[in-house]
Amino acid sequence: MTDGLTIYLPRDSAAKALGADEVAAALAREAETRGIELNLIRNGSRGMVWLEPLVEVERDGRRLAYGPVAPSDVPALLDGTLACHGTVEDIPFFARQTRLTFARCGLIDPLDLDAYRAHGGLVGLERAAGMTGAEIVEEVTESGLRGRGGAGFPAGIKWNTVLQAAGPRKYIVCNADEGDSGTFADRMIMEGDPFTLIEGMAIAGLGVGAEQGYVYLRSEYPDAIEVMNAAIRIAREAGVLGADVLGAGRAFDMEVRVGAGAYVCGEETSLLNSLEGKRGVVRAKPPLPAIEGLFGKPTVVNNVLTLATVPVIFEKGAAHYAGLGLGRSKGTMPIQIAGNVARGGLFETAFGMPLGELVHEVAGGTASGRPVKAVQVGGPLGAYMPPEKFDTPFAYEEFDGQGGLIGHAGVVVFDDTADMLALARFAMEFCAVESCGKCTPCRIGAVRGVETLDRIAEGDGAAVDLLADLCETMKDGSLCALGGFTPFPVMSALTHYPDDFAGQKEAAE
Amino acid sequence: MAPHLDREGPLLPILHAVQANLGCVPESAVPVIAKRLNLTAAEVHGVVSFYHDFRKAPAGRHVVKICRAEACQSVGATALTERALERLGIGWGGTTPDGGVTVEPVYCLGLCACGPAAMVDGRVVGRLDEAKLDAILEEARA
Repeated sequence: MTDGLTIYLPRDSAAKALGADEVAAALAREAETRGIELNLIRNGSRGMVWLEPLVEVERDGRRLAYGPVAPSDVPALLDGTLACHGTVEDIPFFARQTRLTFARCGLIDPLDLDAYRAHGGLVGLERAAGMTGAEIVEEVTESGLRGRGGAGFPAGIKWNTVLQAAGPRKYIVCNADEGDSGTFADRMIMEGDPFTLIEGMAIAGLGVGAEQGYVYLRSEYPDAIEVMNAAIRIAREAGVLGADVLGAGRAFDMEVRVGAGAYVCGEETSLLNSLEGKRGVVRAKPPLPAIEGLFGKPTVVNNVLTLATVPVIFEKGAAHYAGLGLGRSKGTMPIQIAGNVARGGLFETAFGMPLGELVHEVAGGTASGRPVKAVQVGGPLGAYMPPEKFDTPFAYEEFDGQGGLIGHAGVVVFDDTADMLALARFAMEFCAVESCGKCTPCRIGAVRGVETLDRIAEGDGAAVDLLADLCETMKDGSLCALGGFTPFPVMSALTHYPDDFAGQKEAAE
Repeated sequence: MAPHLDREGPLLPILHAVQANLGCVPESAVPVIAKRLNLTAAEVHGVVSFYHDFRKAPAGRHVVKICRAEACQSVGATALTERALERLGIGWGGTTPDGGVTVEPVYCLGLCACGPAAMVDGRVVGRLDEAKLDAILEEARA
């Protein structure tokens, strides 16, 4: 421990986007002027984006939180006269969370492997290193962990398929193509606690007998790419990755592959094609990627959050994880609260919290102060939920029962100025731009969808039935969720906000 | 290309490297890459044209990517960007006549709790408003 002043300031993109680097420069200048020995730790984000840049100053063994901090606040910050939130753990938004996947995020320097170990890191991998593949897969199955990318498929079943498949060449592929609007948990964990993902992938490798892993990381996340690459190098040098993982006598190594701006590559089969160097066109299933995946070999494809949750399951045990949650939605979900909200950020909690509680109590309603009109849950392919559905518990089956989906758990809040017809049109337009082109209902249907919505906007009421019909065709006739789920936002907007689809007509009459 | 040839699935890393060096993936590069990877030029062209990231011609001196996705729309991104594009006299993907700035749409930068968001030459910016965006575009064109 140095005698100087220890200050934590996030290197997370959201913090940087709100001026964290400028605050860092101001801190360095002011510390030099005052002759203070500054120990500045660039940590991950604690997830309270409305308080970013959130600065923590270590005083008497406590980390006192200040934010949002502007460069001009730095003198007062060092004087100790700036308004303080207490510790991060005192802030209600943080205090009511159950942090498992994100336990370390924001606590430590993301590239400090010793700090990672000191906070429970590598305990899970060390335990897994002493287990057989079948035991590892069994542990994941018992935890009830489901795919966090959106589909919610049980991770243990997928892993077991790969374990049973013929080797020797198998792969672990991490889907870090987090393209859904309103989601940023993958980015935050990769920027804030990358070793968790590395550890999770290594456990998966030991479990199914794969020796090579790839993180398919979108090009829109340059900061995450930089941190992940650095973390992989450090892990390799420390023997966490390589020919002899933690001395267990088994090999696992991995690398980052950068995407190229195609949303559809977040779909697992299109992602595999992209990794192989092909157009990111969707593949028909079967064969399942677990049997014929990357380069035709058995492959585990899991989302960042799924793999990053594996270490804590091995650290605390499957039963601990399975003890949380609601029904078949076991454990916790890092929910991302975004859009027009007073308190946006990452909120990890056990499954089951009602949507309205998240929107009103946790997030504090809209940032604009106007009434909430709609909440889109699950990204651009998720349904718009009206306030009448706010008692829906946040869990897979419960949302499904209400005609929605939790997807990657992004929650985007809109106030009463939102134009639902425009948002429905955007959903179709987005689908048209991003369609891989394989399925006609998606490739052409999305274009026709934009045209049909334009007709409705011009007052052609007869086009409404046509739109519903088109959506049915897209749902039934598309291989993947892009064409298949675009009808969710469109139809939910039409069903719950019919006035927005009739306004032009009335005006014309 | 050499450092990538021994990798599995080398085409995307190669295309990224070409664009990093040349500012785009020129058509003349396609047959060269195809030959080294034992692919047809059509296959390589198909890949280049599939992905939004790869450009046929270099962008302006600065690239401003502005998020168009739902979370940014919920805090007014649409009106903000329409105004900016109108002032620049270009459309999405266009470059100002002085070659100073290219404005591209991006669908989510993962800054959904601090939108409207943009990325200026790889540097992230959040909570854009008219003044902030004007200043960014002004600086980029200077």
